[in-house]
Amino acid sequence: MSPVQATTSSPDAIVSVRGLSKYYKSGLRALNKVDLEIRRGEIFALLGPNGAGKTTLISIICGIANGSEGSVHVDGHDIVRDYRAARGLIGLVPQELSTDAFETVWATVKFSRGLFGKAPNPVHLERILRDLSLWEKKDSKIMALSGGMKRRVLIAKALAHEPRVLFLDEPTAGVDVELRHDMWEMVRRLRESGVTIILTTHYIEEAEQMADRIGVINRGEIVLVEEKHTLMQKLGKKQLTLSLQSPLESVPEGLREWPLELSGDGQCLTYTFDTQGNDTGIAMLLRKLGELGIDFKDLHSSESSLEDIFVSLVRGGV
Amino acid sequence: MNIHAIRAIYRFEMARTFRTLMQSIASPVLSTSLYFVVFGAAIGSRMGAIGGVSYGAFIIPGLIMLSLLNESISNASFGIYMPKWAGTIYELLSAPVSYVEVVIGYVGAAATKSVILGLLILLTARFFVAYEIQHPFWMLAFLILTAVTFSLFGFIIGLWADDFQKLQVVPLMVITPLTFLGGSFYSINMLPPVWQKITLFNPVVYLVNGFRWSFYGQADVNVLVSAGATVGFLLVCLGVVWWIFRTGWKLKA
Repeated sequence: MSPVQATTSSPDAIVSVRGLSKYYKSGLRALNKVDLEIRRGEIFALLGPNGAGKTTLISIICGIANGSEGSVHVDGHDIVRDYRAARGLIGLVPQELSTDAFETVWATVKFSRGLFGKAPNPVHLERILRDLSLWEKKDSKIMALSGGMKRRVLIAKALAHEPRVLFLDEPTAGVDVELRHDMWEMVRRLRESGVTIILTTHYIEEAEQMADRIGVINRGEIVLVEEKHTLMQKLGKKQLTLSLQSPLESVPEGLREWPLELSGDGQCLTYTFDTQGNDTGIAMLLRKLGELGIDFKDLHSSESSLEDIFVSLVRGGV
Repeated sequence: MNIHAIRAIYRFEMARTFRTLMQSIASPVLSTSLYFVVFGAAIGSRMGAIGGVSYGAFIIPGLIMLSLLNESISNASFGIYMPKWAGTIYELLSAPVSYVEVVIGYVGAAATKSVILGLLILLTARFFVAYEIQHPFWMLAFLILTAVTFSLFGFIIGLWADDFQKLQVVPLMVITPLTFLGGSFYSINMLPPVWQKITLFNPVVYLVNGFRWSFYGQADVNVLVSAGATVGFLLVCLGVVWWIFRTGWKLKA
C-alpha cells in the first residue's frame, strides 16, 4: 500500500478508507477503489451479497490481508506504518467459528487481552463474560460449547482488550432468534459506551434494527452510503399509478397541489405519497380527477422496501 | 516491544505442553531410555570404548541431540501450524504484534520445552551409564543454541506446511536419517575414508560432535567449526523467518 498523507478525513471519522483496491494474481478484483468513512460512535452496517467484498474489506482494515493500493487510517493511524496503534484500537469477531478447542474460555480471553498488549485485568474480563452470559462457562473447554456459545466466546475475545472499534463479520449468521436479539442488545450497550461498531450482514432486518448508517457494497465497490433514516424515508414512500382512458398532454392545472408525474406517452399518472402521514390525499385526488372528467381504467399501488432498494442497487439499477 | 503479547503466546504454548505432558515429555524420555537399555547396557557392554569413553557414555550426546532436534521441530511446527489449521491465526495477524514478538513467543516456548526435555534425558541416562561433563557451560550453550535453531527451523516448517503430512515429512524423512548417519551412535573415524568425507556434508555431524566435545573433551571435528556451523544455520533460519513475515508468504492473502 502506498503511504498517503496524514488523512484529509473529517475529524469525526474513526475509520477512513481511501482508494482501497485489492486484486489477486488471477486478475480478480476483490475491491475496487473503495472510499469509506466510519463515524466515531456509530453503528455502521455493510450490506452486500456473498462475494461482494465485505470480508475482504474488513480483513484489510484489521491486518489479516494486505491491500493492493490505497490507504486505511484508524483514528488517524495508518494501518501499515503505524500498525500497532491502529490494531490496538480494533476488535474483530470473524465470520468463521475459529476457536482453540482445547482451551478454557477464561484462558482464551486472557490470551487475547495479552496478545493485544494489555496488562492483565481479571475484573474487566469477568464483566465481559458476565455480560455475554459466559461466566458460568469460564472453566469449560471451548469444544464443549454450543455454536452460539462459541460465537459469544469470539465476541468476548474481541472485547478483551477494550477496543474502540468493533468489527462484527456476519455476527448472527446461523444464530437462533433469541441469541440474535441478545446480540443486538449487546451491540447497543457497546455503542452507548462509545464503541464504534461496523457489522456486515446480509439480513436486511438486522441493518434496519441496528444501524445508524448503511453502506452497500457490490462487486468490490461501495454503491451507496446513507443514513438509515433517509433510506427509511424512501422505504416509507408509496406510489399510486393510474392508467388513463385517454392520454394527457400535461398535468392539468387543477391537480397542481399533488406531486404528480405524467409518463412520457401521457398514459399514466403517478402519485408518490408518504405512508406515514395521516392524510394520504388519495381520496381528494380521486374526487378531483372525477370533477375534471379524467377517467382511468386501472390503478395499482406499490411500496418500495429496503430489500427492493438493495436488490436494484446490487443489480446495477437505481 | 509488546511484552504482554510475548508472555501471552509463551504461556499459551507452555500450557499446551503441560496439557499433553505424556506425549510431549514422557514419551521422548521413555523412548530414549529404551535406546540406553538396548545400545548402552545390552549391546554396549560388548562394544569397545571409543577414544577411552565407554560406548554407553559415548552415545549420550547423540541421543540427546536426536530428541532435541525432533522435539524442537515438531513443537515449533505444531505451535504455529495449529492456529493456521484451526483458523485462529486471524487473531495473531490482527494483533498489534511484530514478527519479532511472535517468533520470540513461539520459538522461545518450543526451545524451552526442548531444553527441559534434553536435561531430563541427561538425568535419565544417569540411571543406565556413568558419564562426565567436562565443559558444563558449553554443554548448556550447545543445548540451548541447538534447541533455538531447530525450533526456528520447525517454525518455518509450520508456516510452510498446509497439511499434516507436510508437517511430519521433514522430521521423519530428513532429520531422523541425518541424525542416525551423523555420528550419534559411532565415531566418523570408524567409517571408510570416502564416507568420512561425505559425512562432513551432514550438518548434524557438527551438532553432535560439538555437544560430545562438551562432555568428553574430544570430537571428530573441531568444536569451533561445530559452533560456527550451528550459528550459521541459526542465521539462515532467522533470515527465512524475517522474509516470510515481511512478505506475508503463506500467512496473508
